[in-house]
Amino acid sequence: MIPEIGHFALIMALVMAMVQGTIPLVGAATGVTPWMRLARPVAQGQFLFIVIAFVCLVYSFLMHDFSVLYVAMHSNSALPWYYRIAAVWGGHEGSMLLWMLMLSGWTFAVSMFSRNLPDEMVSRVISVLGLITIGFLLFVLLTSNPFTRLLPAAPDGQDLNPLLQDVGLILHPPLLYMGYVGFSVVFAFAIASLLGGRLDAAWARWSRPWTTTAWIFLTLGIALGSWWAYYELGWGGWWFWDSVENASFMPWLVGTALIHSLAVTEKRGVFRSWTVLLAILAFSLSLLGTFLVRSGVLTSVHAFATDPQRGLFVLGLLVVVVGSSLLLFALRAPRVKSEGSFAGASRETLLLVNNVLLVVAMATVLLGTLYPLLADALGFPKPSVGAPYFELLFVPLMTPLVFLIGLAPFARWKKADLPAMAVRLRWAFGCAVAVALLLPLVLGKWTPMIALGLLLASWVIVTIVYALVQRARRARELGTAPFAGTTRSYWGMQLAHFGIAIFIIGVTMVKGFEVERDLRMDTGDTFNVSGYDFRFDGVAEHSGPNYAAMRGRVQVLRDGREVVTMHPEKRVYSARGMPMTEAAIDTTLFRDLYVSLGEPVDNGAWSVRIYYKPFVSWIWGGCVLMALGGVLTVSDRRYRIAVKQRIKGESPAPAQPGAVALAAESHS
Amino acid sequence: MKPRQKRMAFLALGLVGLAVITALVLNALRGNMVFFYSPSEALANITLVEHKFRLGGLVEDGSLVRESDGLTVRFIVTDLTKSIPVVYTGILPDLFREGQGVVAQGTLGLDGAFHADEVLAKHDETYMPPEVAEGLERAKSARGATSDQPGI
Repeated sequence: MIPEIGHFALIMALVMAMVQGTIPLVGAATGVTPWMRLARPVAQGQFLFIVIAFVCLVYSFLMHDFSVLYVAMHSNSALPWYYRIAAVWGGHEGSMLLWMLMLSGWTFAVSMFSRNLPDEMVSRVISVLGLITIGFLLFVLLTSNPFTRLLPAAPDGQDLNPLLQDVGLILHPPLLYMGYVGFSVVFAFAIASLLGGRLDAAWARWSRPWTTTAWIFLTLGIALGSWWAYYELGWGGWWFWDSVENASFMPWLVGTALIHSLAVTEKRGVFRSWTVLLAILAFSLSLLGTFLVRSGVLTSVHAFATDPQRGLFVLGLLVVVVGSSLLLFALRAPRVKSEGSFAGASRETLLLVNNVLLVVAMATVLLGTLYPLLADALGFPKPSVGAPYFELLFVPLMTPLVFLIGLAPFARWKKADLPAMAVRLRWAFGCAVAVALLLPLVLGKWTPMIALGLLLASWVIVTIVYALVQRARRARELGTAPFAGTTRSYWGMQLAHFGIAIFIIGVTMVKGFEVERDLRMDTGDTFNVSGYDFRFDGVAEHSGPNYAAMRGRVQVLRDGREVVTMHPEKRVYSARGMPMTEAAIDTTLFRDLYVSLGEPVDNGAWSVRIYYKPFVSWIWGGCVLMALGGVLTVSDRRYRIAVKQRIKGESPAPAQPGAVALAAESHS
Repeated sequence: MKPRQKRMAFLALGLVGLAVITALVLNALRGNMVFFYSPSEALANITLVEHKFRLGGLVEDGSLVRESDGLTVRFIVTDLTKSIPVVYTGILPDLFREGQGVVAQGTLGLDGAFHADEVLAKHDETYMPPEVAEGLERAKSARGATSDQPGI
């Protein structure tokens, strides 16, 4: 009964989405206000039905309803309840339902937080989101219905893939999808503006918090995925340049470019058509990512059994969305004239270079990811493009980009005085060079890559500190409190840039100083890695709720003093009989110790993998700082001023909300 | 600078940048493409010797041997027509099994053995890398073709 309710709710949501995707759009085109006003309630109703469907599936998982095929495939009566909830998105059908939930959740958010937008704009945005919803609901209902019955019911489920039985699964897909799908809002804003012919500063301002919010989720989602791969896959790597990872990285690169170009469009009114194009691109890449992950056309370390038929549907959807939005762009963009001009040396130019570098980086990732498919389609042998390709390209592309991070915040809009900037920043640069030359010597190993990494990281940090000192000094000259006039979005920018520096330090130190050893260890054997003595104390049996394990004991000593006792495990999950390596990791701020068990060799000896990873947690820490920077930026009050103004202005007369919002924005 | 000159300057810079990036990309791509071969294809292609490639097929039943150092393993990869012995030092991924599909990356030595420096993991025991499935299919059809010939 419950699964049928869920199925029915999906169909109802489709009906709602069809209304949502058409009537408000027509209303906006013909100026019929009641039709436009329909957008919000219909979108909210659609969200409600998707929530019902989602809750039904969660309920089926919690109640062990193995007469539902999807539940029988991905759950088991011994699976703990929190993994049963996460198992909802542990397979294809459920993860598409999660995708839907996110999409209608974002639509719902637009309907709630758009009170300061004109009706025409809101109805168009919600309609465009409705059209996307129709596409994906059809996809779910026609090719991947999670509520399909299994008759007769299975006595027990096949269990969730053991790799997925982890806190990573609980958090990673929801965060990543929030990010992916979040770009649909910016996309809808861009399309709505193209339709309405309104691509002004107000449009850019509305899009900015939505873009940044989606970007925050994507950043956290990618970081969490990387961390999960690091500790769960038992290989100790944090990024594999695998096609599925690249699929999430490409929208991130374009989203980052979009955040910067939206800033220019809002402040200076230039780069308009470029910004629109980036918005379309970001969402298209999110769709491409969904296609690559769901179709299994690429061999991936993340690949699970997949169905090419479904891939074809997503590919069709991708072609329709990209094709129609690019067509609209081609028809409308020439009318969008950028106002204002800027000199060759100005903050605009530096941000343009930032954008070009980010988009080129995305293009190289795209080429590396799709090249095997391309070669295959053209009848050439299908190659795989490995990590060295990406690493070779990313260093020359990211070096100037990171250099700009330090430089651009000092440049003026419109026309910057480059020689004066060079004079002001020469000490900062000198400091960074000194750090790059000397610090590796102190650490005991000097290579060009270590020096380059430390140069870039310290350049970013020194320039941030310098910028803040300068602000405080100027405030003292003016007699105001330090940082009185500093906005949250400025703090957010500096924090996100600081996060990049932390990230670079992490990458540089791990790449430069990590130690990886595969060993054969008898009970009582000791092996020294980077000053730590690892003593293998043997393996004992151990059992968990739905698995049996061999549990190793490794005592770690430093200079004779005990540091930590680690317990790596080799598990066998009973339902599938599938073995799993569970690495033991000891994390401190400056290093990770990583031990995992290989196989038993003979007489109690095991093959053991021991890693020493300096500063590895800085990689994810840097990403978290970037996301926090995004949070600070979104919380900037200038995005909320318009709302307050409207409430004040509403009581006398319900004047056109957009006009009031614009008036409020023009002097902030 | 006049607007026209400025535009030309941007354009020229853009073109130079594009050229540099294209050169970088092509160079990186050329050096880092790794091709996939089944044992039959690898043995038929003499130019592969000492070049890095990916070898894929099934791990032959009963072929896994572990050497006394506990880390070096030997096994045979087959496409049911030809097979190649593989040597690998290190810890095998969890889902490595005899009788199942495998992809190894490394070089074919003059000793006739494939020296793998990486055995690729998969995340699902029912998952068969598409290349392996295709390789097996190609080997099978080649076998079919040769066995048909005497009849003609």
